[in-house]
Amino acid sequence: MQAKNKDMVWVFAEQSDGKLADVSLELLHKGRTLAEKMQSEVSAVLLGHNVKGLADALFAHGADNVYLLDDMELKDFRSHPYANLITKLVEENRPRVVLFGATHIGRDIAPRVASHTRSGLTADCTELKIETLTIRKVEHQDLLLQIRPAFGGNIIATIISPDVAIQMATIREGVMEMGEPDPSRKGQLIPVPVELDPIEIAVKIIEKHQEPSAVNLKAAPIIVAGGYGADTPEKFQLIKDLAKVLGADVAGSRAAVDAGLIDAERQVGQTGTTVRPKLYIAVGISGAIQHRAGMQESQKIIAINNDPEAPIFSVAHYGITGDLQDVIPKLIAAYKSQLH
Amino acid sequence: MSLHSIVLVKQVPDTSNISGDVMRPDGTVNRARLPAIFNPEDQEALELALRLKDEFGGKVTALTMGPPNAAKMLRECLYMGADRAILLSDRRFAAADTLATSYALYKAVQHIGEYDLIFCGRQAIDGDTAQVGPQTAEKLGIPQITYAQEIQKLDLKQRTIRARRAIKNGHEILEAPLPVLLTVIKDAAEPRPFDVRRLCNYKRAQSKFEIEATVDNSHDLVLVDELLEKAKVDDLYIETWNIEDIDADVEMCGLAGSPTKVHKVENVILSGSEYKKISATTDGMNEMITELMQDHIFG
Repeated sequence: MQAKNKDMVWVFAEQSDGKLADVSLELLHKGRTLAEKMQSEVSAVLLGHNVKGLADALFAHGADNVYLLDDMELKDFRSHPYANLITKLVEENRPRVVLFGATHIGRDIAPRVASHTRSGLTADCTELKIETLTIRKVEHQDLLLQIRPAFGGNIIATIISPDVAIQMATIREGVMEMGEPDPSRKGQLIPVPVELDPIEIAVKIIEKHQEPSAVNLKAAPIIVAGGYGADTPEKFQLIKDLAKVLGADVAGSRAAVDAGLIDAERQVGQTGTTVRPKLYIAVGISGAIQHRAGMQESQKIIAINNDPEAPIFSVAHYGITGDLQDVIPKLIAAYKSQLH
Repeated sequence: MSLHSIVLVKQVPDTSNISGDVMRPDGTVNRARLPAIFNPEDQEALELALRLKDEFGGKVTALTMGPPNAAKMLRECLYMGADRAILLSDRRFAAADTLATSYALYKAVQHIGEYDLIFCGRQAIDGDTAQVGPQTAEKLGIPQITYAQEIQKLDLKQRTIRARRAIKNGHEILEAPLPVLLTVIKDAAEPRPFDVRRLCNYKRAQSKFEIEATVDNSHDLVLVDELLEKAKVDDLYIETWNIEDIDADVEMCGLAGSPTKVHKVENVILSGSEYKKISATTDGMNEMITELMQDHIFG
């Protein structure tokens, strides 16, 4: 299909040390769906140094165009030059939609770009749609519906930016599904000249430490997650024990992360990671919408909670009402006995 | 030149402690019933600014945009050690999204004048957007260090600051020229307790709204002015600014200045509980495990 409109959906292609972030590829797939609805194209915006080779992967994942900004000064991420260059490109080309991964990088630059271009920006969306809406008798075409839980998770809010040209959103890793790449897909590479003022590159990176992530919750077939009900290290240890027996990964709700029981990179939910494992065991997690948004598409869900009214049971396939200190040892024993 | 830090703070509903009586019968949250607290990361941002003041001298200004009752949080800033507290409050700021909020804060910072550092929490717990800090920095045309964990060095001669910031699976150390805006993440700096002497003194500090409320006839402007003057002289005045005070464009503030609008809200409706109830017994566990093995979930 010939695109009716020029490239209207943009995805910031985040890369670090020459490796593309998964979330950017996920957003390209989502971006394609949005762009098709607008009869338009998807473009990726790629910044870095010697990163031209990444364009093929962006095409394979759905980009029709790749804007390439390649310069020594862009080798490592820095907010000022990255944000200003993207801002300039957005102002020149006026896309309707710009999507960023809600990462340490995306959350750093998206607000600066939105501020300068006076665009609407919604953080941590859990769903995006394109619709034409009539508001007070005025038709607004190609509105980006930015959908996210709000106000303590008791409501789902749909946010729109009807009165501005550019609509932006950040989305956490794993929320959108990464489709299969098509290596035969081709696209247009658009090199963009990079010009930076000294003030834009005045912040210097003195040191950088990054370890390869040992955590990949998205790839885990079984996840055992603990929440506020497992509010002591002793109780949380039971969750780790269960995970070990099952060969599962350990995760936690936001409450568990806030209580310091588990690392933030193992947080499941709207502001953590979205997972779709074969089995998700939620232990002592009440199941606020923000958490359910990150796990409800799991193939099977077991909920263990001492409150029979806990919302987590509404998404569960199996529900056990009881104290985790009683239930987990029994579950471990039963599993071990069935293995033999 | 002495160091001047501005700390952007926010009073937020305590969304982490939603108890039964806060819920309405229809399942929505009655935000008015939630206790209002000092946004935790903003309090850590204030602590970082105060530590620099302890070491280098100078001055710390706390600035908030919020409803009149945010004066309570500003008094807490004074108890901790802030030298100056400013309440940006005007009905026309209401319903601001992050863009309109950052515009108002930017105008207020400009009105304050000279500064070296701006601190704020990475995000407020009622929205978790982490947008206002970077948007304010952009409007001021200054660089930013987000996710700051630690100040390593401040060089007032060279006018540079070195800070460690969190990045994915690690950290980096950045050196930025002043002025710069830093957004601070939790565990960066445990906020100090209130200073008892300061508490005794500043508990009498009042905003303009509070001074007005003490006057029986609020139309008695002469009396209000007298009390305001007295509070200023006694250094017990929480400066209270409106749109005109910061010379802001009304169209850029509040709902009018917010590009994002709430199109609709839906109550979260829990689907009927279709789940299989498993008894917390060994038999119950065995039954469930057998089913999961048959479904090839295990093994």
